[in-house]
Amino acid sequence: MTAQQKATLQKLGPFIALLVVSGALAIMSPDFLTVGNLMNVMRQVSINALIAFGMTLVILLGGIDLSVGSILALSSVCIALMIQSGLDPVLATLLGIAAGAGMGFANGWIISKGKVAPFIATLASMTILRGLSLVFSGGSPITGLDSDFFQMLGGGYVAGLVPVPVVWMLLMFAGFWFLLKQTVFGRHVYATGGNEEASRLSGVKVDRIKIWVYTVSGAMSAMAGVVLTSRLNSAQPTAGTGYELDAIAAVVLGGTSLTGGRGWIFGTLMGALLIGVLNNGLNLLGVSSFYQQVIKGAVILLAVLLDRAGKK
Amino acid sequence: MKVSMRGICKAFGPVRVLENVDFTLHGGEIHALMGENGAGKSTLMKILSGVYQPDSGSVEVDGKAVAIRTTRDAEAAGIAIIHQELNLIPQLSVMENLFLGREPSRFGVIQRAAMRQQARAQLDALGASQIDVEAEAGSLSIGQQQMVEIAKALAMDARVLIMDEPTAALSAREIDTLFALMRGLQARGVAIVYVSHRMEEIFHICDKISVLRDGCFVGERVIADTGFDEVVKLMVGREIGDRFPGRDVVPGAVRLAVRGLSDGRHIDGISFEARAGEVLGIAGLMGAGRSEILKTLFGVNRRTAGEVWLDGAPLDLRSPAAAIAAGLAFVTEDRKSQGLVLGMSVRENATLVHLDSYARLGVVNGAAEQAAVAQQISQLRIRTRDAELDVKSLSGGNQQKVVFAKWLAKPPKVLLLDEPTRGVDVGGKAEIYHIINQLAAAGVAIVMVSSELPEVMAMSNRILVLHEGRQTALFDAANLSQEDIMAAATGTAGHDTRTTQD
Ligand SMILES: Nc1ncnc2c1ncn2[C@@H]1O[C@H](COP(=O)(O)OP(=O)(O)OP(=O)(O)O)[C@@H](O)[C@H]1O
Ligand SMILES: [Mg+2]
Repeated sequence: MTAQQKATLQKLGPFIALLVVSGALAIMSPDFLTVGNLMNVMRQVSINALIAFGMTLVILLGGIDLSVGSILALSSVCIALMIQSGLDPVLATLLGIAAGAGMGFANGWIISKGKVAPFIATLASMTILRGLSLVFSGGSPITGLDSDFFQMLGGGYVAGLVPVPVVWMLLMFAGFWFLLKQTVFGRHVYATGGNEEASRLSGVKVDRIKIWVYTVSGAMSAMAGVVLTSRLNSAQPTAGTGYELDAIAAVVLGGTSLTGGRGWIFGTLMGALLIGVLNNGLNLLGVSSFYQQVIKGAVILLAVLLDRAGKK
Repeated sequence: MKVSMRGICKAFGPVRVLENVDFTLHGGEIHALMGENGAGKSTLMKILSGVYQPDSGSVEVDGKAVAIRTTRDAEAAGIAIIHQELNLIPQLSVMENLFLGREPSRFGVIQRAAMRQQARAQLDALGASQIDVEAEAGSLSIGQQQMVEIAKALAMDARVLIMDEPTAALSAREIDTLFALMRGLQARGVAIVYVSHRMEEIFHICDKISVLRDGCFVGERVIADTGFDEVVKLMVGREIGDRFPGRDVVPGAVRLAVRGLSDGRHIDGISFEARAGEVLGIAGLMGAGRSEILKTLFGVNRRTAGEVWLDGAPLDLRSPAAAIAAGLAFVTEDRKSQGLVLGMSVRENATLVHLDSYARLGVVNGAAEQAAVAQQISQLRIRTRDAELDVKSLSGGNQQKVVFAKWLAKPPKVLLLDEPTRGVDVGGKAEIYHIINQLAAAGVAIVMVSSELPEVMAMSNRILVLHEGRQTALFDAANLSQEDIMAAATGTAGHDTRTTQD
């Protein structure tokens, strides 16, 4: 096997893992491999995948965004309040996503201009934004969002088969693929993550790249918030707690390096699907939710260890 | 003592790097190992020091086979190495780096006082008394880091000392101290392998010379019986012609004008002009502030005083991006940390600066990019199997050419060069000099910092000399001697030697 073939195999690792796990579940549970169930899995995965796409950019830069769950919650609360107050739902949704982008922008600004470590900056904003969503919502869920448009965003189907959030996910996947592979911006993200100093000296506007990346991450979290709020038909101030960990897990499972500069969006999609398929399969098999956590953690560890071994 | 490596073969994947190489080393000799970039010198030495395992072949010390599987084994056999690439941990202090893995301790508690004292003594012995042992290694200049690496290897008290381009970032004074130390070790019977692309040094300090070409051993010579031309012919397999190709360009209008430039820390009141088609050399000792001038011009360091004009218009010194937009290019001295994104491919590095030229509305035209890179690879003769290879896998000299490629994708107005041929072989140097001459002929103003005096003297029209951040002379390069430069660089010139050429 040549080095090139080995590298390709290595890169496809997450995909192969997904096939193996899906195959095993298909054998163990007859309900797994049905169109209905698979669409269901995809829909469940979509929220994590949307967040993880943004997180991929952040991690490619060598950063981390812990505030995604709080951004999700606060933008949901904002959207729900706007719809409740009679604002046009389309406009409210767009404003909500813009608000998420704004929160991400603030993260990026503090990290690049204030030179605060991403972990600390987003840990702080995670707490602040969570607090704000409790403040704005008065601590309780906001319900009664009777808008057909808004309910369609998370609960609708395209052609009566494909859930709308899955369409979002696939569109965003294509967009991120293009962004990372084909654009100057994408190249600059990899370069900055690989060697910030050399990139700056090569004229890459490193600060600007960072701000944009966190802004995108914020917008993606808000978009996930739209899907979740629409599905539940209510905005929960405590929604999205712990989502940052699922997103990071998806990115890492996908083979993106936590030190930055290396990784790809396809891996992240596979990582998110792998986590989703595991959740779904273990439910179908009736494994207790306590054991589910143990198994999920072990699979993540195993995948990363295999990845390491393959690189040697 | 005698160390022999026999029939060493090594391949990385499909690439055969060493083929059946024999190399013999005796106690008390300084043995030069020469070869073009990528010839396999570093790989051979990494095998001797346990970093790599050979695919076949053996190492014998005094006729007995020894197995060197790890760097620990090598240390146990008395083999120490100063690697070509700097390996200090930037966040640790100088002394912590010096004693990494063998900290003086009692019951597991580090004896900091003892450590400080020994570190101080080791650096002083190298004449590096200006290096603070408590300073973070990352805050030192490249030359100073190199001194720390040397001190680290010397502290091992080795019987075999491998020095892989130890002087690449040092200036004349440090090199003299280093050579004196090497002679001392030689007298004590230590065997030294000396890898360098600086011909003057080889002929000055070495007794013997072994040459590798494309991974094969091509010969051993006693220094006294050979000369520059023969060595080059062994290395390259052909004659390379002039070492310093001549340039027939009459400098034109002033492009870069600098008046009273200071950064408040390293440089003070620097003034010079560089004309179209001119190469302005900057010489000085390590730490004199040579690189700092370039960094300030390029917007990396803040300027605290002074004015800079480019083609008669004030130059924006706020950021590298602004400098690049104005038409400046900057080949930095440390390609590992400042020049290249290791982990990215040759192609991605080569187009990093001017990626916009192959893009429309921010979308890269892959075909145009690949074509441009392919052209640059052949034009600069970058030796790589494939533009998609990680730039890390290229030899040092070829990495340097990738740095050039990145800046020359669009011809700059002013080219700042900081040690442009550091670690580049004779052939590669000549090629880089050709590139410099071509750019000069095209009207680029070139400002070049170099520690290699023969290079500055041969390539420059005029030479600015610094001493502790101030300029002590601005010479016309014609009819200049090394002594003139050294006198100005050490601040011992009795009179103001500044020439008034313009
Ligand atoms: N880890 C590696 N993986 C793959 N190829 C490598 C690796 N290390 C070195 N090579 C290749 O082996 C060849 C020899 O490299 P080496 O570093 O030994 O050259 P060198 O003679 O020291 O050159 P230089 O004068 O530029 O330092 C080069 O073609 C290089 O690309
Ligand atoms: Mg080498």
